[in-house]
Amino acid sequence: MQNTPYKPRRRWHIAVFLAPAVLVYTAIMIFPLFNTLRLALYSESDQIRQFVGLANFETLFGNPNWSEQFWNALGNNFWFFFVHMLVQNPIGVALAAILSHPRLRFAALYRTAIFVPTILSFVIVGFAWKLILSPIWGITPDLLDAIGLKWLFAPWLGKEDYALTTLALISVWQFVGIPMMLIYAALLSIPEEVIEAGEVDGITGMSAFWKIKLPLILPSIGIISILTFVGNFNAFDLIYTTQGALAGPDFSTDILGTFMYRTFFGFQLQLGDPHMGSAIATAMFGIILIGVCIYLFGIQTRLRRYQF
Amino acid sequence: MTRKLFTLALLGSTMIGGAAAAEDVTLTIESWRNDDLALWQDKIIPAFEAANPGIKLKFTPSAPAEYNAVLNSKLDAGSAGDLITCRPFDASLGLYDKGQLADLSDLDAMGSFSNVAKSAWQTDDGSATFCVPIASVIHGFIYNKDAFAELGVNVPETEDEFFAALEKIKEDGNYVPLAMGTNDQWEAATMGYNNIGPNYWKGEEGRLALIAGEQKLTDDQWVAPYETLSKWGAYMGDGYEAQTYPDSQNIFTLGRAAIYPAGSWEISGFNTQADFEMGAFKPPVKAAGDTCYISDHTDIAVGLNAASPNAEAAKTFLNWVGSAEFASIYANALPGFFSLSNHEVAMEDPLAQEFVSWRGECESTIRSTYQILSRGTPNLENETWGASVAAIKGTKAPADLGADLQEGLASWYEPQK
Repeated sequence: MQNTPYKPRRRWHIAVFLAPAVLVYTAIMIFPLFNTLRLALYSESDQIRQFVGLANFETLFGNPNWSEQFWNALGNNFWFFFVHMLVQNPIGVALAAILSHPRLRFAALYRTAIFVPTILSFVIVGFAWKLILSPIWGITPDLLDAIGLKWLFAPWLGKEDYALTTLALISVWQFVGIPMMLIYAALLSIPEEVIEAGEVDGITGMSAFWKIKLPLILPSIGIISILTFVGNFNAFDLIYTTQGALAGPDFSTDILGTFMYRTFFGFQLQLGDPHMGSAIATAMFGIILIGVCIYLFGIQTRLRRYQF
Repeated sequence: MTRKLFTLALLGSTMIGGAAAAEDVTLTIESWRNDDLALWQDKIIPAFEAANPGIKLKFTPSAPAEYNAVLNSKLDAGSAGDLITCRPFDASLGLYDKGQLADLSDLDAMGSFSNVAKSAWQTDDGSATFCVPIASVIHGFIYNKDAFAELGVNVPETEDEFFAALEKIKEDGNYVPLAMGTNDQWEAATMGYNNIGPNYWKGEEGRLALIAGEQKLTDDQWVAPYETLSKWGAYMGDGYEAQTYPDSQNIFTLGRAAIYPAGSWEISGFNTQADFEMGAFKPPVKAAGDTCYISDHTDIAVGLNAASPNAEAAKTFLNWVGSAEFASIYANALPGFFSLSNHEVAMEDPLAQEFVSWRGECESTIRSTYQILSRGTPNLENETWGASVAAIKGTKAPADLGADLQEGLASWYEPQK
C-alpha cells in the first residue's frame, strides 16, 4: 500500500456552475435588499444625503404622525393574515379532502375550476370584484334580492368596518386553490397501507381523516401557513387596485405594502421619501423575518415527520 | 450588391434629411397630456409654425402617471426636451431649485398673467417665475337641465336654496340628487371641500392667511365647509360609500342623477356622453348677494429646460403661449381647460362659457392645500381627502376634523406651530 499525501482537488466546476445563479441572485435580490437597509439609515435635506443612523426608525415608531399609520397598517396586516388562516386554509384542507375522495366524480374539473382564480392577475380580480360588489351596477344586490336577503347588502368595500375583511375574503377566493393543491398532493402521498391498517383497527370515514390523515399532512399545513404569512405581509396589489394608494375608506384597508408605496414613491402632492420608505421596508423585512424564525424554530422543529 | 446600394441610399437619405433639418430649429416638448396629442398636432403646432418659420415643434408626451419619474430621469441624464410642461407647485419648484428649469420672470409673455395664475410656478416668495401658465380648471356644479325643468327646481344661488333643491329632488325619487361617491376619496376633497370652501374662507384672503399662519384650520371658516359637507351624504344615493369616480360620471351622464359636483375638465367628456341639456351653477353662497369665490385652479404650464441649446427659439414659443391666439386655440379645443391669461377668449361651448363667466362675477382662488401646505408629512392635501370623506359619512365631527388637520399641519409647518 502506497502512502500518497492527500491533495485536495480544486473543484472549479462547482464555482463555474453556481456563478450565473449567484450573480443574478446577488444583483436582483441581495444587493437591493442590503441597499434598502442602508438607505433607511440616511435622510435627505436640501438635496444633500446625510447619514442619520436610526433616526428614521425613531420617527417611524416615535412620531405620532408616522407611528399611528404604522401600527394601523400592521394591525390590518395581522387581521388580513388571520382571515386567511381562519378561512383560506381550513377551506383548502376541506376541499382537498373532498377532492381526494376516491368516489368523487369530475374531481379534475373541480380542481381546475377552483385553481383557476390563482393564475388570474390581481388587477383583474380586484376590478371584477369591485364591479360585482358595486351598489350601483353590481349583481350582488340583485342576487341577494332574488333570495330575499337584500337587507344584508351593504357597500362593503366602502365601509370602514367591512372593507378589509371583504378584501381578505376576495384574496381567499383567489388563493384557496394553492393550499388545496398542496394538501391534495400531501393526501395522495399517504400510503394505502397506513389507511388500511387503520381500517383494520376500525378507524374509517371521518375519524380516519382526523386521526390518521390530518397528523400526516401537518407539515404541509405548516408550510402553507408560512407561505400565507409571507404572502400576506408582502401584500399590496389587491388593495392598491381596489382602494388606491390611500387604502380607503379612511385607511381602514391600509397595510404595510400600501403604506410603504405611498411613502417611498410619493402620492398626489406628497413627494416620495425613499429614506422613510426604506425604513418601512426594513420594518416589513424584520417582521417577516421574525415570523419565519418563529415558524422555523418554534414550530418546524417540533413537527414530527413520519417515515415509511 | 443590391443590399449595399440600399444601405448607401439609406445613409444618403438620412444625411440629406439631417441637412434639411439643420436649417430649422426643432423644439421638443415634454408633456404628461397624452390626451392632447391630436390637439397639438392638428391645431397648435401648425398655427405656431405658420407664424414662426424656422422653428419646428415636436410634442412628445408620456403617460400621466409616469411623467414625473420619466421627466426627472431625462433631465438628470441631459436628454430631456427643450420645453417642459410643468405640473403645479412642488414638482416643478423642485426642478427649478435643482437648476433644471430656467427663470422666465423677464419673459414678455408674463405680462399676460395675474399673480394667482403665476403662483403655481413661482418660488415661495414670488421672486422668480419659471413656467408660463397655460390652463386652469374651474370648480362648480353641473346639473341636468331636463331634470330641473321636470321637477320645477330652480338653479340655486344660496346654500338654503341648494339644499331645498336637493330635498325636492330626493322627495321625487326619480333622480339621485348628488352624483358623487366617496370610494376614491379625492372627489370629496376636490369637488366637495375645495369646491364650496372658498366661499367660507374668502378665497385668496383665507388661503394666504393659512400659509402665513394667521388663520388656523380650527377656525370657523375652515371647519364650516365640513359642516356643510356632512349634509351631503343624505343626498348621494344608496351605497355612495363604494361609488367610484367613473360610477358617478356614468350615473350623471346616463341621466340618473340631477346634480354633479364638478370640475370643468368634465365638460368635453360629458358633452359626448350625455344626451340631455346640461347647465352649470357656481358654489352657492351663504346669503344672496354675498361676494362669491370660485376655485380657478392652476393646472398646466410650460417651462424652459435650463440645459436647452435652443433657448432663444424656445422663448419665442413661450411668448407665443402667452398670446391671445394660443389662448383661443387651446381653450376652444379643450373646453373646460381655461386659459390663464388676461386675454378675452370667446368660447364656443356654452357649458365652458358658463363656467368661465364666473371669473367676471366672483373672486378667483386656487385649491387651499396645494401651495406649500402639502410639502411635509402628513400631507395636508391627502389628509383633506380623508377628512372630507369622514365629514360626508358623518364618521367624525367637523370640529374634530379641523383639530386633527391642524395638529398634522402644525407638526411640520413652522408658521402654524
